[in-house]
Amino acid sequence: MDMPVRGETRARFAITVNGERREVDVDLRTTLLDLLREHLGLFGTKKGCDHGQCGACTVLVGGKRINSCLSLAVMHEGDEVTTIEGVGQVGNLHPLQVAFLDRDAFQCGYCTPGQICSTLGMLEEVRRGEPSQATLDLAAAVIGLSDEEIRERMSGNICRCSAYPQILEAIRDIAGPVA
Amino acid sequence: MSSIADYALPNPVNQNRAGNIGRAVDRYEGPLKVTGTAPYAYEVATPSPPAYGVLVGAEIGFGDVTAVDDVAARAAPGVILVWHPLNPPPNQGEKGAKTYVQSQAAADPVFATPKVAYFGQPVALVVADTLENATAAAQLVRISYKEGDAEYEFDALKAEPARGDQESRIGDFEAAFEAAPVKVDELWTTPIQNHCQMEPCATTAWWEDDTVVVHASIQMIKQPQHLLAETLQIDRGKVHLLSRYIGGGFGGKGSVYEDFALAALAARDLQRPVKIALTRQQMFNATVHRPATVQRVRLGATPDGRLTALALEAATHCNRGEPFIERAATFARALYAAPHRLTGHRLHLLDIAVASAMRAPGEAVGMLSLEGAMDELAEKLGLDPIELRIRNEPDKHPETGQAFSVRQLIECMQDGAARFGWDKRNPKPGQTRDGRWMVGVGMATAIRGNFLLPAKASLRAEADGTIRLRQGMTDIGTGSYTILAQIAAETMGVPLEKVIVEIGDSGFAPAPGSGGQFGAASAGSGALAGGMALRAKLAEMAVNDPGSPLYGSAKEAVDFRDGLIAVENRSETIGALVARLAPQGIEAEGASAPAPDARDISSHSYGAHFAEVGVDTVTGEVRLRRMLGAFACGRILNAKTAKSQITGGMIWGVGTALTETNRIDERYGSLMNQDLGNYLAPVHADIANLDAYFLPEVDDKANPLGIKGVGEAGICGAGAALANAIYNAIGVRVRDYPFTPDRVLAAMGAL
Amino acid sequence: MRPFTYERAADPAAAAKAAAETPGAKFLAGGTNLLDLMKLEIERPAHLIDVGRLPLAEITETPDGRLTIGAMASNTAVASDRRVRARYPVLARAILAGASAQLRNKATVGGNLMQRTRCPYFYDPSKPCNKREPGAGCSAIGGVNRGHAILGASEACIATNPSDMSVALSALAATVETVTAAGATRRIGVDDLHRLPGDRPDVETVLEPGELVTAVTLPPPPDGPQDYRKVRDRASYAGGLFSLALAGKQIALGAVALKPWRATKAEAALAAGASPAEAADAELAQADGQGRNDFKIVLARRVITAALEEGMAS
Repeated sequence: MDMPVRGETRARFAITVNGERREVDVDLRTTLLDLLREHLGLFGTKKGCDHGQCGACTVLVGGKRINSCLSLAVMHEGDEVTTIEGVGQVGNLHPLQVAFLDRDAFQCGYCTPGQICSTLGMLEEVRRGEPSQATLDLAAAVIGLSDEEIRERMSGNICRCSAYPQILEAIRDIAGPVA
Repeated sequence: MSSIADYALPNPVNQNRAGNIGRAVDRYEGPLKVTGTAPYAYEVATPSPPAYGVLVGAEIGFGDVTAVDDVAARAAPGVILVWHPLNPPPNQGEKGAKTYVQSQAAADPVFATPKVAYFGQPVALVVADTLENATAAAQLVRISYKEGDAEYEFDALKAEPARGDQESRIGDFEAAFEAAPVKVDELWTTPIQNHCQMEPCATTAWWEDDTVVVHASIQMIKQPQHLLAETLQIDRGKVHLLSRYIGGGFGGKGSVYEDFALAALAARDLQRPVKIALTRQQMFNATVHRPATVQRVRLGATPDGRLTALALEAATHCNRGEPFIERAATFARALYAAPHRLTGHRLHLLDIAVASAMRAPGEAVGMLSLEGAMDELAEKLGLDPIELRIRNEPDKHPETGQAFSVRQLIECMQDGAARFGWDKRNPKPGQTRDGRWMVGVGMATAIRGNFLLPAKASLRAEADGTIRLRQGMTDIGTGSYTILAQIAAETMGVPLEKVIVEIGDSGFAPAPGSGGQFGAASAGSGALAGGMALRAKLAEMAVNDPGSPLYGSAKEAVDFRDGLIAVENRSETIGALVARLAPQGIEAEGASAPAPDARDISSHSYGAHFAEVGVDTVTGEVRLRRMLGAFACGRILNAKTAKSQITGGMIWGVGTALTETNRIDERYGSLMNQDLGNYLAPVHADIANLDAYFLPEVDDKANPLGIKGVGEAGICGAGAALANAIYNAIGVRVRDYPFTPDRVLAAMGAL
Repeated sequence: MRPFTYERAADPAAAAKAAAETPGAKFLAGGTNLLDLMKLEIERPAHLIDVGRLPLAEITETPDGRLTIGAMASNTAVASDRRVRARYPVLARAILAGASAQLRNKATVGGNLMQRTRCPYFYDPSKPCNKREPGAGCSAIGGVNRGHAILGASEACIATNPSDMSVALSALAATVETVTAAGATRRIGVDDLHRLPGDRPDVETVLEPGELVTAVTLPPPPDGPQDYRKVRDRASYAGGLFSLALAGKQIALGAVALKPWRATKAEAALAAGASPAEAADAELAQADGQGRNDFKIVLARRVITAALEEGMAS
């Protein structure tokens, strides 16, 4: 599609969301979060703080988790974005969504899509061997997913209802025991 | 019901024949929440594309708006409306007016005066075609102010006796304290705290002919509906208010803010849907907070650990125009026995943001002092802290003489202690080291008042056998949907899958909403009443219908089980009965209210917290290592959601102890922690192994369900358990919450 | 946000040239700090030059034992790099102590170096701030300044630099590489990149208009242990009250000044045979608090002393 033209305040471009290529025409100021919510009607991605301080807006871009609030939509021309709507649907839940239900890993539900997307990104990060602050041995070839690792790695997603113990259980359900 | 004795009479919930009550049922609305398809207030589908409103907050703390230059904002791209005190929304009711009979709230017109009562108070609204345009234009509104003389600095010494709850005296406290051989007399402070609901306050509104449809993120339905009707000057039947999914409340959405009426007013003016959300920054100054407190606790005891004198005096603050007392001392009237007692509140009127209820108002901060003082007293006496509390367990309310309903405080302490391994605690502080950490354990109790408010509910049987419960209740994450479904299923004798719960709608039978941990008891009792009313209707229909196998039976003999309406071995399905006689469905409404003699009973949820912390003696950092809560809260409706409520509350206590504070700049009157990077709610890494459980209990003097509140009990006393654990770790007392590294280092004498 | 225009840079030199020539232009990389500030209109660029897709994300070893990290490498990529983890663990640790995984996935090395203070007065446009509006005054002085600077502050500004990564880069004596508007390559020692506030706290670095950070180069790691310690109120996802990066005999401090603070006085004292506590005192002799943040001086002394003692013991 068209690259944004210098001097204009809008942009037309293509972005793939949940496997579907979308042509969009937006104000350059539109964040990825507002593109998803207000333009594409994908309200599953939540606006908790709009400043990268809560994690409710977490989505996967190219499989990596980011805060969609601190990204302009136009920065994501051609990117593949996965939101909670692409993770699983009512009647076709992802195992992690089932685990969240089973463990009661949420209360008000507003941080939940971000927690789930964040978990999926997190598990890939561990699989790739990316360390965290909780990683004791930076040189280790394989990082075991201890409870401390999960807690640290999920600390970018605030849950004010404070379902943290239940979120840990849900993640453990799909991640399996400590490697 | 005519008497609390009636609460204990057999009913479907306390009989629980199908076992729906107490089961760890998944959240009713859970599939929508885990898929992101539950529409919160800002996300509801509008009948036509919405316009976007953005609020502008006052940049002074106190004074008047003297001029507004909105020329640039009006000329900005996409802007379609700008309102402020010099150009207010038209056709609003006058402040405080009640035009309609039996209104439970008065008109609260927006931008009706130029007064600025606190920093960040919304003083302008900009509506534009897009969120981006509205946000940008809001920055272009230039407001001039005249600042007034204001008081921004909380000073306990300037606090005046709080009208409404200033003092309670029993015996002669001063003389008894003076004479007591063992004493504690210390000051505790707690800071301003913010609710930080993950979903900022938001409203979407549109008009359908002369009716306004409003979706808002609010904890209560009825009063806001009335407020809006009075403000809009329309009949309240023309206000259709909905609040179906709420991203956290915690008391902060028990009030409504400028977004609420403005969305409806702007939608009326523009003849199109309008939606307004507060920004996260606005949530801190433009909504409400828990006020700071200064608390003095004095305990006098005999050498064998009997309290002779007990005083908790709390000073707190609120906005001058919005009186609110943080009743930090009230719980102390019910917790421990002592013949001579003094409790009370003083209030300092300030010109800062509005103070109001936040999760367990009163207990949440008051227990932080008294439960620390009890730990200090236990040490002075050489007694185990649990033993000290057992020795001062009252057999009736120490001040009112009321009988307690069910009170298992001692059981919570003893059972929790056994599970936690309290006996391994070294009572001598400063003895346990783990690498760079000093380790300590501490405990505290929990008490939180239990309440029952009037509620109605309607239940409807559909021709397919579905039971539809409708109630003007809310679910702020508490589990209302789920427990109402369980109650309806059990009452009607149908499988849980056959129940549909519809709440958060002003068109439904009114219930008190969510707050004060009264929701489940009140709304649930209403649902039970509604179910009983529907049972009576269905039974009447069946026994009088020649087409029914129940024809001719006594209606009192009719039973509801397994989806059937039955008398002995004769039965038919509810669906068959309804399809035959009322294919459009049959509905009944029931009402519940506290029995008149409920006032003779003192009812509370109880618990005990046990915490283990590590203190880094180099840095003063404190980290939770493990925590256990043992609770007794009557019958548990849902083992899963109730436990989540309790552990959530406990984690709020951890935040209270370790991180949460807002700081006011007294030069400007503004709270300076204005985002979630500066106001530190706990993150996942702060919460190590934390668990809670309930003791078996039925409180049949509390309500017909035998339940008590769980939403707020968990926070009560939790922070004090950490404070006491810090003492056990390093041997110094910390009394100024939260216990951040600077305060711990100061307590250690390092500074 | 104010309206702005946007372009994607074709190459670094073109980006630098365009930035210098376009009024009100700003570089946009990960966006995690710039967009945060634009939403509050603290940053009001008229034009954004998106450098996020420039081919500057490589991490490469040089034959002389250095490691060059492209400015567009994500924070995560750097902290996860096997060579960084093996040879520069203090850098990996520092990065992992900052922000959240989501932010580290998006934020770049160049952007991390350029991030602005988190001073709450800087973030509250209703309050005077010399950074936002030179000459307006500093409302943090006399205000809520528990987290503010104890070293190198001025009467115009007492803010701190929030970067953890930069503290490690300082201890590692890293070099920042840039391309100027004229297309020249410039190398700046990381300790020379940021300015102390003086009377112009709005001028935060020595970079010239249009100058774009393209890489950071790490010299071969110094002998000795490496360590990063961060003290904070919350266990994760929070700014530091104090931090310390140790790389052999090289020490840098964080959350104490408007720049990562290379502790040269402590290093010199140690070289002259001072004890850890004496070395800490040597560095902190010039420290000055605002009252509410005085504890940071004590905290710094305790952490420096403990870290050096442990470093010597190992």
